[in-house]
Amino acid sequence: MDFIRTIATRLFYAVSLLLAVLVLNFTLIHLAPGDVADTIAQSMGGADEEILDRIRADYGLDQPFLIQLGSYMARVLRFDLGYSFFYSMPVTELILQRLPATLLLVFLAQLLALIVGVVLGVISARRPNGMLSHFVTFFALFGYSAPVFWTGILLLIAFSLKIQWFPVAGMRDVTLIGGFWAHFWDVARHLVLPVITLSSIFLALYSRLSRATMMETLGSDYVRTAKAKGLSSRSVVYKHALKNALSPVITLAGLQFSAVVSGAVLVETVFAWPGLGTLAFQSIIARDTPTILGILFFSALMVIVGNLLTDFALRAVDPRMRGRG
Amino acid sequence: MKHQLKSFLAATATAALLASGVSAQETPKAGGTLVVALTGTPRVLNPAVQSGIVTGLPGAQLFAAPLRYDEGWNPQPYLAKSWEVSEDGLNVTLHLQEDATFHDGEPIKSSDIAFSVKIIQQYHPFKSMFAPVTSVDTPDEHTAILNLAHPHPALMLAMSGQLMSIIPEHIYGDGQDPKNHPRNNEDVVGSGPFKLVEFKPGEHVIMERYDGYWEDGLPYLDRIVARIIPDSSSRTIALENGELHLSTFEAEPTLVNRMMKADGISVSGEGYGGIGPIDWLAMNTTRGPLKDVRVRQAIAYAIDKNFIHKAVLRGTAKDALTGVHPDSPLYNANVNAYDLDLDKANALLDEAGFPMEGGKRFDITMELVPFPGYKPQTEYIKQALSKVGINVTIESVPDFPSWAKLMGTMDFDMTLDSVYNWGDPVIGVNRTYMSSNIAKGVWSNTQGYSNARVDELLDLAAQENDQEKRKALYAEFQEIVNEEVPIYYLNAVPMHTFYSNKVGNPPIGGIWSTSSPMDRVWLKE
Repeated sequence: MDFIRTIATRLFYAVSLLLAVLVLNFTLIHLAPGDVADTIAQSMGGADEEILDRIRADYGLDQPFLIQLGSYMARVLRFDLGYSFFYSMPVTELILQRLPATLLLVFLAQLLALIVGVVLGVISARRPNGMLSHFVTFFALFGYSAPVFWTGILLLIAFSLKIQWFPVAGMRDVTLIGGFWAHFWDVARHLVLPVITLSSIFLALYSRLSRATMMETLGSDYVRTAKAKGLSSRSVVYKHALKNALSPVITLAGLQFSAVVSGAVLVETVFAWPGLGTLAFQSIIARDTPTILGILFFSALMVIVGNLLTDFALRAVDPRMRGRG
Repeated sequence: MKHQLKSFLAATATAALLASGVSAQETPKAGGTLVVALTGTPRVLNPAVQSGIVTGLPGAQLFAAPLRYDEGWNPQPYLAKSWEVSEDGLNVTLHLQEDATFHDGEPIKSSDIAFSVKIIQQYHPFKSMFAPVTSVDTPDEHTAILNLAHPHPALMLAMSGQLMSIIPEHIYGDGQDPKNHPRNNEDVVGSGPFKLVEFKPGEHVIMERYDGYWEDGLPYLDRIVARIIPDSSSRTIALENGELHLSTFEAEPTLVNRMMKADGISVSGEGYGGIGPIDWLAMNTTRGPLKDVRVRQAIAYAIDKNFIHKAVLRGTAKDALTGVHPDSPLYNANVNAYDLDLDKANALLDEAGFPMEGGKRFDITMELVPFPGYKPQTEYIKQALSKVGINVTIESVPDFPSWAKLMGTMDFDMTLDSVYNWGDPVIGVNRTYMSSNIAKGVWSNTQGYSNARVDELLDLAAQENDQEKRKALYAEFQEIVNEEVPIYYLNAVPMHTFYSNKVGNPPIGGIWSTSSPMDRVWLKE
């Protein structure tokens, strides 16, 4: 019963948070000077004042703020995220078109960063003062400090221009004719550079964290006991220590999800990756309120669902977490 | 030297291309897929309800206009095989190609011309293009007569490029809002040389040759794939590694110079006269020291344009002395160039009653226009004006709508700006100077400039069908504005076309760049 009440409370908080995100952002966007009519005029190379007024009237931008907010929220409660002023299509359709590309990019980048980060972290934790450890530290910090668009352009120059291994932009070669596998490899080739670029930021976090937790774990009593029992070093590290050292890394990976999505904005722009990141960037520039709010709605939803699942998973896994409110 | 040689060779090659339509040695070859870059996602593909260069590229392939223009600014037949302007200038008769059809096979009729004019009048952002058109007569299926309230020479340019796209009445006349019509982006039925295969916002626009196109043997290309690549560096790398054949409206000086050295790539700054983009320093003539014409003239004398041209724009831009683009036949180059003269600037400021006190005369603000690449010029102008005692504070503006708001309400002292002519002055020039258009939103007369003679000249020129007389009227207008400096003109925006040497007859031989049909562009391999 307690468990159901907890779930209900959590869900109530989640929905309230989602609504608060929308109201707050709607208000913030409204407070900024200028509106989408100006950006539509920009995209058209200027516009007669009468046209600007008509655009404002069409989209209800001439209405008082509270009426605009009220009608928007009423639509959202009916699961209608509205119509994009700038792209002239329903926001939900627009977002769903772009979501798969971003999910693919973000998921693979996260996976790559996690696997490579943890492996590098473990290697350097085993010999913290070795050359390899220093190299990993340098490499990780370089990736973390370098602006992601710069890393992207460097990779483009190296691997698309000098050695022409990978394509420069987009997600597929539209001139390609072939079956499923031809298209599969085509998308895979397009994915390589954006995924490496995006993962470069998070690689540092994961490798540094796994190095630190691994070093801590390797110094703990139970590891010493395992070693004393005569287990091989490899077995101690990979079977015993790694399991414990991994949990903070996985927690961090969960928390970093929203950061990966925001990193995707820049990566998608450099590689013309047709995802949600470029859409978010363009809609903010265009002051396209329904699209911005729609994207925020989706990303807030993803983060909330992620947190809820983490919360429940932790309760399921860790007995100490149960019974807390 | 290498640059100059390359530019010279490019210019020579261009001239040869222009003279013959295509190179004398090379016979156009049919077939192939041309891959071009789009810098952003078009809002809609239908240029009758949306202007702008991003819509223009696919729009001008999907939809045809009555006329096209050659590099000498002469109208040429397109959907209209011939035309006449009546003696009194009040009727313009278009004789349409008889076998022209829309992409669904329906014939293009004079009633579609009448319908398109009506939609453009109602929904296109440039009202002045067709404002004097009172009605369109359709005596037969292939003749359309545009009746005018007064002579309107701007109509000729307004009937070319992407400005007068002929759209099918049987599709768009179904009562739905043309601005948000579902057929603007999907299942588009156009009148141009290419038809739509697929439009994926954020990814690409794919078009293929329309086999029923009225001109035999055209278009040469089988397909045009317009890839949406917002990042300019990525576009140039894609050109260099062969993923792209063509990229237009490229205006970053470092990239222009880099591409001039690239193997297999040609660079041309020609073909943008109709678009007519000019960079300038706008001054609010209604407040503070800038009210005084002498102060504005002093500012012009204190700025060294040569520095901007050489150090910032790295020799990629043409000078611009007036608000009419230097490529336009109406451009008047015989005006004061305001060459750097600090003594004159100081004298004018003294005369205007702003004496130098402690190394300073007065404070003024300058908005940092939120277009990419305009910061160096803004910083330079601040430094340049400090030499004559004008203390400029640069104000950052976060984004375009915020800047547009400041402009539209004239809540600024000075700002850099980039404004397009869009063919005829009536379409894109008058809006900046007419006293009836003060503070009517962004890119209106946001300088608060008012001069009765200028209003009169622009009104007279707008209705003058005699080209020589019209030119004289615009020449006088340019002299007055140059003298009164509500705007100090810096340069023509250095727009360039980057194209692979595999591209035959690239779109550099007209005035509308890729906002015109690419039916005669071909691929050598």
